[in-house]
Amino acid sequence: MKRLIFCLLVMSTWAACKSGDKKVLPIYGNRQAVTKTVDGKTVTDTVYQTIPKFKFVNQYGDSITNKSLDGDIYVADFFFTTCPSICPIMARNMLKVYDAFKSTGNFKIISHSIDPKHDSVPALKKYADKLGVTGNSWWFLQGKKEDTYAIAEKNYLVAVSKDSTAAGGYVHQGYFVLIDKQKRVRGAYDGTDPKQVDQLIADIKTLQADPAETIAQ
Amino acid sequence: MKTRLVIALSFFLLVCFIISCESESSVEFKRYYTEGAQVYASHCQNCHGARGEGLVSLIPPLTDSVYFKNNRSKLACSIRQGMKDPVVVGGKAFANVMPQQDLSPIELAEAITYIQNSFGNKLGLTTVEQVQADMADCK
Repeated sequence: MKRLIFCLLVMSTWAACKSGDKKVLPIYGNRQAVTKTVDGKTVTDTVYQTIPKFKFVNQYGDSITNKSLDGDIYVADFFFTTCPSICPIMARNMLKVYDAFKSTGNFKIISHSIDPKHDSVPALKKYADKLGVTGNSWWFLQGKKEDTYAIAEKNYLVAVSKDSTAAGGYVHQGYFVLIDKQKRVRGAYDGTDPKQVDQLIADIKTLQADPAETIAQ
Repeated sequence: MKTRLVIALSFFLLVCFIISCESESSVEFKRYYTEGAQVYASHCQNCHGARGEGLVSLIPPLTDSVYFKNNRSKLACSIRQGMKDPVVVGGKAFANVMPQQDLSPIELAEAITYIQNSFGNKLGLTTVEQVQADMADCK
């Protein structure tokens, strides 16, 4: 009997350890194996798809490039200020993310306008002010419409299923995309669903605690 | 003896009338309110929120009973035609455009009844007849 109890104890401790393992977020996008020679040895490395170079302008009129986000975990989404349907919900949910992380370093939110004609820099500033967004942890970006669509479809939304038939495609579907410090896509969340947004907040914390991310910094 | 019986009976009937009247109007209220919740969810909630909380300084909340009281007869037109002029709600100014909502008079009455009796408001039933009368004066 004693032995049985001991066995059970060991097993449950092991099980507890197992479930205590840190969750690791998936890495989305294309990947390729690259074989190179390091110190005379052949090493195969996996190279993941990353967010390429870009250049947009934020609500303060500052030029924002991929370099502006170096060393940051960030969330990207696509919207326009006059959108009456899902954008208010997205903004309401993104505010939760903003409030959760605005005072932690190395974190940003970038919201790309898909209506740059209307959403000028002053219009974006006005929108940010009305949402109560200050400082530099949430940028509202605008630039050439085709640039925004290209980076959305080819890069940010790789984790999103493409079989959508909605007008304008999935750019309009309100996804929040999570990017790690190495500029890899780590998750896509429905920005209109509070539960998925809570999951995003949890995943950002997971990512912040990921030792690989600390090294990347 | 007979008169007493007649009086008692008519009193009883009167009570019955009052009770049935009351319950009829409360049934009507419940019907408007329940339908209104659905109209609200599909036409208003995205912007004004599930709890009528609005969105910071972009979209006004629906919790200002005084605003509703003062603008009661204008609500149907405001929702149907949208709002362009700035409004002050709960002491805060809002300047964004509210898009028009393609709703029938009955749907408007249901939504108004729902809004005016949710989020801390208690302003009672708004009937379809009232909405139709209000809409005759739409600008």
